[in-house]
Amino acid sequence: MYELMAKIRAFEEQANELYITRKMPGLTHLYSGEEAVAVGVCQALRRDDYITSTHRGHGHCLAKGARVDRMFCELLGKAEGYCRGKGGSMHIADPDSGNLGANAIVGGSTGIAAGAALSAKMRGTDQVAVCFFGEGALGQGILYEAMNMASLWKLPVIYVCENNLYNEYTHYRETTAGEILARPRAFGIPAEEVDGQDVRLVLAAARRAVARARRGEGPSFLLCNTYRFYGHHVGDVDRSYYRSKEEEEWWKRERDPLRILRDWMVQAGLAEEAEFERIHRAVQEEILAGVAYALEAPYPDPREVSQHVYA
Amino acid sequence: MREITMAQAIREALAEEMRRDPRVFLLGEDVAEAGHPFKVLTGLVDEFGRERVIDTPISEAGFTGIAVGAAMTGMRPVVDIMFGDFLTLAMDQIVNQAAKIHYMSGGKLKVPLVVRTTLGATRRSAAQHSQSLHAWFSHIPGLKVALPATPYDAKGLLKTAIRDDNPVLFFEDKMMYQVKGPVPEEEYTIPFGVADIKRPGRHVTLVATSSMVYVALDAARILEQEGIEAEVVDPRTTLPLDVETLVASARKTGRVIVIDEGYRGYGVTAEIAAVIAEEAFYDLEAPVRRLGAMDVPVPFSPVLEDQTVPTPEQVAAVARELCGRA
Repeated sequence: MYELMAKIRAFEEQANELYITRKMPGLTHLYSGEEAVAVGVCQALRRDDYITSTHRGHGHCLAKGARVDRMFCELLGKAEGYCRGKGGSMHIADPDSGNLGANAIVGGSTGIAAGAALSAKMRGTDQVAVCFFGEGALGQGILYEAMNMASLWKLPVIYVCENNLYNEYTHYRETTAGEILARPRAFGIPAEEVDGQDVRLVLAAARRAVARARRGEGPSFLLCNTYRFYGHHVGDVDRSYYRSKEEEEWWKRERDPLRILRDWMVQAGLAEEAEFERIHRAVQEEILAGVAYALEAPYPDPREVSQHVYA
Repeated sequence: MREITMAQAIREALAEEMRRDPRVFLLGEDVAEAGHPFKVLTGLVDEFGRERVIDTPISEAGFTGIAVGAAMTGMRPVVDIMFGDFLTLAMDQIVNQAAKIHYMSGGKLKVPLVVRTTLGATRRSAAQHSQSLHAWFSHIPGLKVALPATPYDAKGLLKTAIRDDNPVLFFEDKMMYQVKGPVPEEEYTIPFGVADIKRPGRHVTLVATSSMVYVALDAARILEQEGIEAEVVDPRTTLPLDVETLVASARKTGRVIVIDEGYRGYGVTAEIAAVIAEEAFYDLEAPVRRLGAMDVPVPFSPVLEDQTVPTPEQVAAVARELCGRA
């Protein structure tokens, strides 16, 4: 789990680099700081379980099993990207690893995840579907419509709310009335709050939710408290008008999910510091190789522009 | 050949497809025991059970989204949006999700989804239950849009829609459910993008969709008395659009009127008129004319509402003008 979190962190650092050096078209929304949520949840899943992701989705894709090189290809709009360069950073889908796609409409996939769960139930598989969304999606009505039906129909879907405190540039307390957990509970959906920076706690909670879903007992809701180390997107550099430097530094210093797991493992005698250095080196190598591959990779044939409009 | 109603034809198409393919299921508001307010679905729940004919809460966005997710993962859902006006509630799921997922995923994911809904005014249902919004969806690449005018077309097109791997918007005119027509007992489907010449003629082409096919046919009967032979062409699907047949008819008659029940402004009629003008300009004897719903919210009072939809008399009057008989 540490290695996967380190890989996501390194991937995002590199994505930021690609943006700053203008090698990447468009923009991207970095997941750094939130790694424990994606990794903890996806670790509780099988490869054939489904996830739906968000505009801040690289971490979910990697945690569910996507490859670094093909991810970078997609970020750069290359033919070997997961979506042949047609999706880009915000729309990476990889059905082979159960990833039904990242969604650039906030809350846009909350119905899709429930639909995948309904489909699993109708087909008689014991697959579950995880719906990742940020706390900003709490403002979208479709989330509540979907949770209502998921609960009524006992669908094997897990709603994972990543509360990184900010709806883009606005603190969630300015946008979110009442208690977050009271919302799923109003639909009869068991809900728990988790320290989203501690991957072990996320994993334990996700396992409970997955087991419940597989038993046919219906949906669950996990509220994971977390923090994005970077801005809303890579271009959001001057952030002082909505959050302080002190706050950012405190989270990076005290609440880094990699640091939290590393400290625990060292204290528990499960690993030595040198091992982490080795992991970081290996991960960095994979990331650099992936970027180099993607930078060299060919763009799609321009004629592909009108392919895939219809199946 | 036996004659059945449009509602029966639609019900038969659904039942046959559900028997043929266990992945097909229905969901929407009041689709099970209630059988839909227009009784189109009566009896389906008895045969297929509540597992496959699923009553939903009044949550168009939510259950349309659920259908999209189910379609992406191996099922073939048919969603019922009770009135076409309520499509507005599910817009994101249809336009941003269903229509784009195949493309955005580079062809990896498919959304074999059918959204059945209604169009058409003149039921005295006022502005939020009377709109014909098919032009909106005909504007979106990735969707397909079908508008059957007869029981025969409804059954064949709906079966094609269910077997299609793409999201299809299927618009049924709510005034036409009791219209009867010949429908064979044996299996058939109707391909998308193939217009049907509902009546041949040589002096003027009336391109008409859905209920406007009947308006055009009535107009053609009026014109016949006056020695004007009108050809009535029904595109049957506006996306894909059978440009070839429309243009061929325009070339033959040299005069075209396009009639559709959607709002006239920026509507289906504008697209078809433009296509014909582009492709058949030098064969035209006169500019292509358009008749659509008035660009006003549909009013309640019968005396007001009846003015908003094209009538056979209006179509005939325009045809006379085009043919120099006015």
